[in-house]
Amino acid sequence: MSDKVNININGVDYAVKAGQNVLSACRSVGVEIPFFCYYPHLKVAGSCRMCLVSVGTPARDRQTGQLIKNEDGTARIAWMPKPAIACGTAVCENMHIVTDSEAISQCRQSILEFILLNHPLDCPICDKAGECKLQEYANRYGSGVSRYVESKSVKPKRREVAGKIMLDAERCILCSRCIRFCEEVIGKPVLGFVKRGAKTEISVYPGGGEGLNYLLNVVDICPVGALTEKAFRFKMRAWFLRTARTISAESSAGVNTTTWSRGGEIYRVTPRANDFVNGSWMSDTGRYVHLGAAAGKRRLSGARLDSTSCSLSYAVDRSVEILRLSGFAIVASAFMTVEEMFLLSELAKVCKARVYMVSHVAEDDGFLVSADRTPNMRGAFVTGLIDRYPGKDLSELAQLVESGDVRTVLCFDEDLKALGFEARHFKKANVIYCSSAENATSACAKVCVPLENEFEKSGMWINRQFRLQSFEAAVERPKGVSSTVAFVAELLAKIGGDEFSEPGVELVRRVMAQRVPQLEGCQNIPEEGMPIDGSAFSRVAFPEGPAFKYAPSGSK
Amino acid sequence: MGAKQNRIIYRHIDLDGWDASIEKYMSDGGYEVLKSAVERIPEDLCQEVLKSNIRGRGGAGFPIGMKWKFLDRRSGKPIYLICNADESEPGTCKDRLLIYQDPHQIIEGVMCSAFAIRAKQAFIYIRGEYINGYRVLMRAIQQARAKGFVGDNICGSGYSCDITVCRGAGCYVCGEETGLISSLAGRRAYPRIKPPYFPAAMGLYDCPTAVNNVETLCWVPQIFKLGGEAVSKMGVQSDPGTHIWGVSGLVKNPGRYEIDSGACTVGELLYDLCGGPLAGRRFKAIIPGGSSMKILRWDEKFRIKGADGSEFERRTEDIPLDAVSFQQCGTALGSCGMIVMDNTVDMVEALANLNQFYAHESCGQCTPCREGTTWMSRITRRICEGWGREADVDLLKSVADNMCGRTICALGEGAAWPTQSNVSKFREEYVEKIRRQETVGGQARLDNNAYRLI
Repeated sequence: MSDKVNININGVDYAVKAGQNVLSACRSVGVEIPFFCYYPHLKVAGSCRMCLVSVGTPARDRQTGQLIKNEDGTARIAWMPKPAIACGTAVCENMHIVTDSEAISQCRQSILEFILLNHPLDCPICDKAGECKLQEYANRYGSGVSRYVESKSVKPKRREVAGKIMLDAERCILCSRCIRFCEEVIGKPVLGFVKRGAKTEISVYPGGGEGLNYLLNVVDICPVGALTEKAFRFKMRAWFLRTARTISAESSAGVNTTTWSRGGEIYRVTPRANDFVNGSWMSDTGRYVHLGAAAGKRRLSGARLDSTSCSLSYAVDRSVEILRLSGFAIVASAFMTVEEMFLLSELAKVCKARVYMVSHVAEDDGFLVSADRTPNMRGAFVTGLIDRYPGKDLSELAQLVESGDVRTVLCFDEDLKALGFEARHFKKANVIYCSSAENATSACAKVCVPLENEFEKSGMWINRQFRLQSFEAAVERPKGVSSTVAFVAELLAKIGGDEFSEPGVELVRRVMAQRVPQLEGCQNIPEEGMPIDGSAFSRVAFPEGPAFKYAPSGSK
Repeated sequence: MGAKQNRIIYRHIDLDGWDASIEKYMSDGGYEVLKSAVERIPEDLCQEVLKSNIRGRGGAGFPIGMKWKFLDRRSGKPIYLICNADESEPGTCKDRLLIYQDPHQIIEGVMCSAFAIRAKQAFIYIRGEYINGYRVLMRAIQQARAKGFVGDNICGSGYSCDITVCRGAGCYVCGEETGLISSLAGRRAYPRIKPPYFPAAMGLYDCPTAVNNVETLCWVPQIFKLGGEAVSKMGVQSDPGTHIWGVSGLVKNPGRYEIDSGACTVGELLYDLCGGPLAGRRFKAIIPGGSSMKILRWDEKFRIKGADGSEFERRTEDIPLDAVSFQQCGTALGSCGMIVMDNTVDMVEALANLNQFYAHESCGQCTPCREGTTWMSRITRRICEGWGREADVDLLKSVADNMCGRTICALGEGAAWPTQSNVSKFREEYVEKIRRQETVGGQARLDNNAYRLI
């Protein structure tokens, strides 16, 4: 059986993938069908009736089974007597679909009229305005006037769900997406319908939703403003926000996200659909990683030498001098991008430095928060920084410092003080601390180099599936802060030669693609990421358990 | 030709000295059919049913043999049989008497059908309001189980099937087969989308399921007893068997009348059996089968094309009582619960009453029905309260048209048909009512007793 079927949409023939529904088939060729209740990663409900289209197949003679032809020789189409829902109808060979007829546009207009009867139309104070499906469709397909003179129905407003969502039952158009999400994805009913007919409303089960880490996804899938995120409520209009394609740094799951910012301030993080990684979901905690970066950690805002402010270039020059001394060790961080790690491993090769890393392991939730709470541990393996899974602390390095074998430590992001280093170690070795945040280590390091944080840099991370994914910078880095790639490349140029004399991400990627076999073709990664060959690391004891779209290599 | 009853399904109803016990039923040859049926091959029995050409009696009128033929027997999943006793269409009251007075006939029908389709388990979904009916049915099933007609090893045949009785919670959509299935499976009574949820393939617990009306299942033992051939010759060819007409409304003798299909006309039923209109009144309209069917004006005339191609005119009172004749007149006999209205009935109020019912009973799943029923109900109520506008007549029609054909289940259409037909056939009454209201200053009458606020 072929995996393509021939269909005809509005008089034009197309060959589309078999087995999909009419709605996605039409979307795949650029024909838009409006819908509310359908959601690609959830079961079909078919209740909003917005996606009605005319569907027909060539008529066949009952007795002979022959196709019946019109007088002009074309096949006669047996249209279904009633319009069919595009989301619940599968495409079949020679199916004819009409989406632009007078009857269908009348259908859409009447469905919108029905939906808007009891909709409060409080768009001016609704957070969803600007990204609301109902607003969009009412504008495009609606009639513009209402024939309804009765009073609108009254339902509960401002109901808090699990402390992080606000439910407005009046705005709800009863598409049941959130109900289906809770049942099918979380596996625990949180929201449900109560009452009947036009009085039907969404309600919350007693105690429902407390402690669930994926509940905020219902805010994203809500086609209207019935479910809004408390943290984003009344903060900013959606159309003022700039979006960036980012990856969540929460864990090695590599959840695709969109980061919404304005004027260098991040307002929210939402999931971005990727069928291979996260469907269209993300964890609630992952949405607030940027808040932790802003509130919890103090920013390392300027370069320092022996606790005295200095210029960035002076700090770099001093670092180069220190690094030229013997007994050099690097503490890399799994929050670095693949490019940064590659440069670092080149630097380690040139200086014959030992490389240490630290694992950040916590409980695996079996879905989109994996045990490894760093986004790019596999990148360190692929770029050759390390070859076995790192331990929890740096006591080994501390001993080497103690014994005098290591006299210089180039540390990225990690807090040495919390990992086995004590004050005497800082006296025995020169610590060059490079990070975006202040911590106990930055307070006593010899040199502090301010770098960008994970929302300010662009690059690539390799997630638990060994999928190489690229991301954009969500906000610009502040003044006086160096790009990590530029910093490491400068060290490399000054110590090892002038190979990266004009450092840039593009150049690094090109060299990387040549030198690391797994990263071939990394200059052009498709939007959904690129799976790379991780078989060389099948013996590494990665801590992630089986989860959504992921099976550990040992369990295959 | 005078109208004459032919009581087959209703043979025990209102008999002197009859009660619902198994002894009474067996003394009248009860369960003999089941005893002989389990000796036969199930496929042959299905073939008999197919031959009989009996249509379902629940309202849609789909041939029962075809319904059973569509059951997905190749999937390897168990097959379930559901008896739909959720009789909740306004005007319909035929199954109630069977449940209360002759439960063993139902049980025999269920067991015969279950054996014929090799059902693993049978269910009777009974309307929640039939509380005593539930008790009667439970007692009857207990008696039948004790005698070996229900449960393990039925009549020594080795076939086992039990009956579970499930009470509804007073919801109209549970009468829709997929809504019933959802409710029976413990979910909200939401009808399911077809495809993929055709009961014959993905019914109860996503297994093939046959859902049949009480009266339909009572026909099964009759078919086994008389043979499919003989049953197919009762009444007219296109719709064999008898119909139990539940006549309610403004006639002298409302009640239930079992008549061979096509044996008499609407007029004969209403005048000969029901005694005609109340003294001094004239018939004005009838709703042929349950409130959802399209209304017929008493003085309406229909152009009918005969089988030989000739055209002739037919008055409402001359419509023969069978499915096809009603279809020719643009309506359907549905569940045969005829509602009769005479010249004292205000059609707007009658429609307001019906619309209120549909607004209250709409399940709220799909948009057109959820919003449309309430909107129509509010418009009709507003007109009745004296606040009608001239534009409301067309608006009502337009709302009903916008609902039709766009809902998940057939009940959405059933909610729109009364308004569609009422407004188009009695338009002058609406216009007149609104005009009169306007002339007396906008509020002619406020009758708070006539309508409950919805």
